[in-house]
Amino acid sequence: MKLDAKIPEGPLESKWTKYRSKVPLVNPANKRNLEVIVVGSGLAGSSAAASLAEMGYKVKVFCFQDSPRRAHSIAAQGGINAAKNYQNDGDSVYRLFYDTIKGGDYRAREANVYRLAEVSVNIIDQCVAQGVPFAREYGGLLKNRSFGGTQVKRTFYAAGQTGQQLLLGAYSALQRQIGMGNVQMFARHEMLDVVVIDGKARGIIARDLVTGNLERHFGHAVLLCTGGYGNVFYLSTNAMGSNVTAAWKAHRKGAFFANPCFTQIHPTCIPVSGDHQSKLTLMSESLRNDGRIWVPKKAGDTRHPNDIPEEERDYYLERRYPAFGNLVPRDVASRAAKERCDAGFGVGNSKQAVYLDFKSNLINKYGRAEAAKLGIQNPSMEKLIALGKEVVKEEYGNLFDMYKQITGEDPYEVPMRIYPAVHYTMGGLWVDYNLMTTIPGLYALGEANFSDHGANRLGASALMQGLADGYFVIPYTIGAYLSSEIKTKAIPTDHPAFEEAEKNVKSTINQLFSIKGSKSVDYFHKRLGKIMWDKCGMARNEKGLISAIDEIRALRAEFWKEVRVPGSADEFNPELEKAGRVADFLELGELMCVDALDRKESCGGHFREEYEEDGEALRDDDNYKYVAAWEYKENTQWNLNKEDLVYENITIAKRSYK
Amino acid sequence: MNWVITTFSSSLGKKLLTALTGLFLCTFLVVHLLGNLQLFYSDEGLAFNTYARFMTTNPLIKTVSILLYSSILGHAFLGLYLAYKNKKARPVSYASVNNQSVWASRNMGVLGTMILLFIVVHMSDFWYEYHNEDGFPFKEYKVELLTGKVSTSAKSGLDKGVYVDYVQDGVRTVIAKDLFLECKEAFEQLWYVVLYVISMAVLAFHLSHGFQSGFQTLGLNHKKYTSAIKWFGLVFSILIPLAFAAIPVYMYFS
Amino acid sequence: MSGTMNLTLKVWRQKNKNDKGAFATYQVKDISPDMSFLEMFDVLNEQLISKGETPIAFDHDCREGICGMCSMYINGRPHGPLKGVTTCQLHMRSFHDGDTIVVEPWRAQAFPVIKDLVVDRSSFDRIIASGGFVSVNTGNTKDANNILIGKEDADEAFSAAACIGCGACVAACKNASAMLFVSAKISQLAMLPQGDPERKRRAENMVETMDEEGFGSCTNTGACSAECPKEISLEHIARMNREYFGAKFTSQNVK
Repeated sequence: MKLDAKIPEGPLESKWTKYRSKVPLVNPANKRNLEVIVVGSGLAGSSAAASLAEMGYKVKVFCFQDSPRRAHSIAAQGGINAAKNYQNDGDSVYRLFYDTIKGGDYRAREANVYRLAEVSVNIIDQCVAQGVPFAREYGGLLKNRSFGGTQVKRTFYAAGQTGQQLLLGAYSALQRQIGMGNVQMFARHEMLDVVVIDGKARGIIARDLVTGNLERHFGHAVLLCTGGYGNVFYLSTNAMGSNVTAAWKAHRKGAFFANPCFTQIHPTCIPVSGDHQSKLTLMSESLRNDGRIWVPKKAGDTRHPNDIPEEERDYYLERRYPAFGNLVPRDVASRAAKERCDAGFGVGNSKQAVYLDFKSNLINKYGRAEAAKLGIQNPSMEKLIALGKEVVKEEYGNLFDMYKQITGEDPYEVPMRIYPAVHYTMGGLWVDYNLMTTIPGLYALGEANFSDHGANRLGASALMQGLADGYFVIPYTIGAYLSSEIKTKAIPTDHPAFEEAEKNVKSTINQLFSIKGSKSVDYFHKRLGKIMWDKCGMARNEKGLISAIDEIRALRAEFWKEVRVPGSADEFNPELEKAGRVADFLELGELMCVDALDRKESCGGHFREEYEEDGEALRDDDNYKYVAAWEYKENTQWNLNKEDLVYENITIAKRSYK
Repeated sequence: MNWVITTFSSSLGKKLLTALTGLFLCTFLVVHLLGNLQLFYSDEGLAFNTYARFMTTNPLIKTVSILLYSSILGHAFLGLYLAYKNKKARPVSYASVNNQSVWASRNMGVLGTMILLFIVVHMSDFWYEYHNEDGFPFKEYKVELLTGKVSTSAKSGLDKGVYVDYVQDGVRTVIAKDLFLECKEAFEQLWYVVLYVISMAVLAFHLSHGFQSGFQTLGLNHKKYTSAIKWFGLVFSILIPLAFAAIPVYMYFS
Repeated sequence: MSGTMNLTLKVWRQKNKNDKGAFATYQVKDISPDMSFLEMFDVLNEQLISKGETPIAFDHDCREGICGMCSMYINGRPHGPLKGVTTCQLHMRSFHDGDTIVVEPWRAQAFPVIKDLVVDRSSFDRIIASGGFVSVNTGNTKDANNILIGKEDADEAFSAAACIGCGACVAACKNASAMLFVSAKISQLAMLPQGDPERKRRAENMVETMDEEGFGSCTNTGACSAECPKEISLEHIARMNREYFGAKFTSQNVK
């Protein structure tokens, strides 16, 4: 199949503007008869649902949590990028676009990314208008901080809880529409299949998680805003419930899955403390603004970090990448940490950690500035630390508290121990410029699609993309499709396609209960996670990937023979929910390895050990400058479709942060 | 006028009334205490009894007292109704509770009910008898204005409306109901003194939360002033009941 | 770090909202002090599954203290013994070997139990839907820096907006009152110029919905704020009272 990304003609700068003025519209009277289903209530889902409802569409929203406000966007900490150039430091739409393409290691689509950079400024306006309390200067203007992979300060934030504040903004807009009766909300509902009629997405099958009832819902269009699939690794910074099920069901119904192997390993997470670990916690990238990353110069040094003198510390990021230092992009920082730990310089009990140290900035950057402000001459070290602490507390207080809670150590006194962990997935459902998947009428927004981040996402760009898709892209692009659907009457849900889809869902559920094996769902999930982390994690190689595929297949077979799902289908049953999700992860995991095996180059989050040069990733633009869009065939076989990436506005170069 | 009803029947509206009546009752406590302190005078109750007469006959005071009685009833009724509604808001209670709040704040209903019972006893003993009982004792005071010397004699069998206060030949003559005597007799009984002291302790706890809580309900919470309100409330809740309690104790021992 | 511990758990079990429910007692062994409270429950659930029993249902999602989903009433306190911490961030180092831990669901008329420790908090969503927003459609905005908000006001609004909607305030309050939750939203928007045009309507409607949902009323005990994982202050309740009375006595709404 030839993939058509439907990128508008014309120069990059005017593509979106021209598109918006030309895209067909749906008149208000017709909008009332058009129903849109939104699955997921995170930044993308809530903002899309609210915006579409405001426009007059009839919207149904589904989320598996007890309230739309719980979606995992809420956990995003550091901030959101926007090319406002409020700091007068040379930022522009083009620069944000350029940074994003470069940060993504030249594996993202130019037109999409440029549009993202363009609408980024509107997002900030929208959020402020909703009452999102961003950080402010004393004069009342918005404040910015810097983030990895950029040399300007363009990140807007609300302490270490930016995602929360943005989501609550979108959630309030959504709740407003619910209150007005324009949106019907289905919380504690999980989508278990897409219904496709005559080649078009026409609805979903959802399970009411409280009663266990299967429900059929019709929609003229279906929007999947269901986030990423990082939980395939079992341990990740994702929420416990984050899953691939909705996207995977769509994939099995014909939506292509693009670049599944592009996963982002975040460099600054709290290290694993034991086998009991259920999830990993991120320490915001913004901390790298003020923390310096180091390991001892001597391998296996067991001294307390505070006893290791300055000259015996290796600030390896500053050493290797003097231009960006501690603010190199995530993939680079993660690999550098892994390299040090693998070479025996790791710290902590597990030796799988490096230090993130705030002391020097606490004293020099903040302490001295505060002392100068207060006119304190020759402040003592204690005074400087105390003053610096106050400032750091305001910027990141909740993160420091969280670290202390989890590890029992006070990061104001002792450097944080951090290690990379799975955080975000750049891959996802393939979408065109309109955000439509290869199934007409089925859209994917936010992390669920693959479109904007290439092989590596820059910090503070996920929030930007989720909200861009929901607030400013889909409201226009959906018109291109729905304008031709105004004659389609609501299809009754006793249509054979709905019956068929529900029957399949039911039989899968029955099958899960009928196994009555001896092992819990988590047992399989943990094993899958270990295979993925060891062989399809921060570094991959051909041999590992081939064996991973075999192992995953064997594990999947074992799952369908040995899993035990307690309880029944007609009740609130979290084990059943998990079982369904892990079953899908067991298929996705294989595809990720297949994709990683296919991509014989290193780029962004995908690092193939065979393709490197002096420890840096070695990209192969001649052979792999494409989006790998996988088409599902029967029995976990896939066809590879390639979308060639065309760079007309950017000169592709070796990505260097030195 | 629908909105008035909706406002005051909302949970916040009821709280507003509770707070306003509560704080008004606090001001009453001060006035009441100032009057009662006259029981400490060694004038055989002259000041106190004339004060009692003033308080029960002055038209302005009588008008205010209607507000007072309705405040007491309103405060009690609202408090009990809210306590009932609040109980209903948690139909199944916890098996183990380790509540992170001050004890008094959680038991305002119980404390308030005890105070209400006390008020009933207190009013039926003094207020009711003073107003209604035939054969209430009277006392005649003769004050030599030059020397200040007071001589008294008990009177009885007078009509309950009688009150005399005139000056003739340098002598002030006052005939008034002898509430002072009633108090004296009442507080000669130990159990009665103990009842009063305990009730005042209950009042102290009720006030310790109620005073500052009233301000919070009125929306008066400010970084600059709240600590002062809390401090004043605490002092108020200790001093006022303490002073009240001191009267029966003093009278018992003197 | 001390060694592992053995604990006795008394957990509320209730099949569904119509079931009466009762406590069940479980033993867990070799619990590491580095585990989170929910990870300890994961261990217990694995144990129950392997014995063929039904695992305990409990709400949880992000496990980093921000989504507000986790909701356990532990030894008489919502989210357990620590201040400013959610259940998922509570770690077993806060307990001792041999402890008996009583775990109950949030208890309130407005939070009916769905199963075991899972309750229905959709009443909170309905309160927000009745006014916890700024009525601004997408795109209807001006440049963000055209709205100046002093740092103090922005910080104060943020301190209210930090609410995670977990319901610990209701669970902690002896009256099952939702005042801290509702006031956090009213107060946040009252502090900001964006919230000004509809402040009266908002206060009136949100309080009305709160009352309809069957929450108790506030008696200013302060237990809510003491147990709030985001340590939201009682000042917001006072501000809400001002907003509400101000609205009631001055708005054009005569109903």
